[in-house]
Amino acid sequence: MNCNVMDQDNTSLKRREMLDGAKATVPLIIGAIPFGIIFGTLAGPSGLSALGALAMSVFVFAGSAQFIALGLLAAGAAIPVIIATTFVVNLRHILYAANLVPKIAHLPHRWRVMMAFGLTDETFAAVSNRFLLQDNTEHAHWFYLGSWLAMYGNWVFCTGLGIALGELFPDMTDWGLDFAMSVTFIGMVVPYLKSKPMWGAVVVSGVIAMATIGMPHKLGLMVAALCGISTGLSLHLLLKRQSAPESEHE
Amino acid sequence: MNEALLILGMFLVTFSVRYVLFGVAGKVRFPPWLTTGLSFVPPAVLTAIIVPAVLLPRGELWLRADNPWLLAGGFAALVSFWRRDLLTTIVAGMLCFMLLRFGFGL
Repeated sequence: MNCNVMDQDNTSLKRREMLDGAKATVPLIIGAIPFGIIFGTLAGPSGLSALGALAMSVFVFAGSAQFIALGLLAAGAAIPVIIATTFVVNLRHILYAANLVPKIAHLPHRWRVMMAFGLTDETFAAVSNRFLLQDNTEHAHWFYLGSWLAMYGNWVFCTGLGIALGELFPDMTDWGLDFAMSVTFIGMVVPYLKSKPMWGAVVVSGVIAMATIGMPHKLGLMVAALCGISTGLSLHLLLKRQSAPESEHE
Repeated sequence: MNEALLILGMFLVTFSVRYVLFGVAGKVRFPPWLTTGLSFVPPAVLTAIIVPAVLLPRGELWLRADNPWLLAGGFAALVSFWRRDLLTTIVAGMLCFMLLRFGFGL
């Protein structure tokens, strides 16, 4: 009897965590709605079938990488180049995982697989507060599940909606809605710009991206990103050495 | 067939990156330079996408004051510096872009 009551309490606690997780993700989902719709509308004109676009959202579930893949497809890039670019673009997720891993290492393997699949920018932003700033994380994986289900459901739904809209209004691609991707990325980059190395990374990356625009397979994107990353890291190490010259010589 | 291959490949690299640390679930300690290096990945990659997208929206360099991609992009960056909020930036940038494109017919 007592056990039963506890079970019930537990179930409602899990449900509550899932709901809270979904709620915490709502503002981020609002930002992802135009993103998903526009991905769906641009797929056809970029050379990806409707089924392919939907499958990409279902299996890959990585907004920026999917957008970039469309751009590369439209430019006629080879498949290995698109996959390599996807890898570089998604490398940032390893940082998110490194932040969360101490809090989730005790969970069963199937939970960790689920969490890995749903580790998007948005879900990380929503769950990092729950995991890293609050104490009682015993049921926080249900919060994570709620966040990613909301995010995933919305992403797949909006992709489908976009595909349908794109077929209804074929001239939508002339409206310049691809700007939604640029503006989203601008809003993601600016908050990083708080230090000289970060400015260095961004400026070099932008300049090299323009200088390498003629490279085949859009390889310029990767070259530019790698130059930017090396610049940022070099500046960071240089500034650190300058600010602590004495400890270096010990 | 090619599409299935593309999606499979993208799935594999994306999931691997997200899964590798969760899978081993041990105490992972990156050397500090690697953590620092990785922190430059998102802004560097995103900038390498944004800059050509706003300067060459139609495949040719369009560095003039009648390029709505460039104007609205600059406006969005200002809004982002001011408010530091992603949703505000997206809404303001898109509104500015729509106004320039359909209000002023640029």
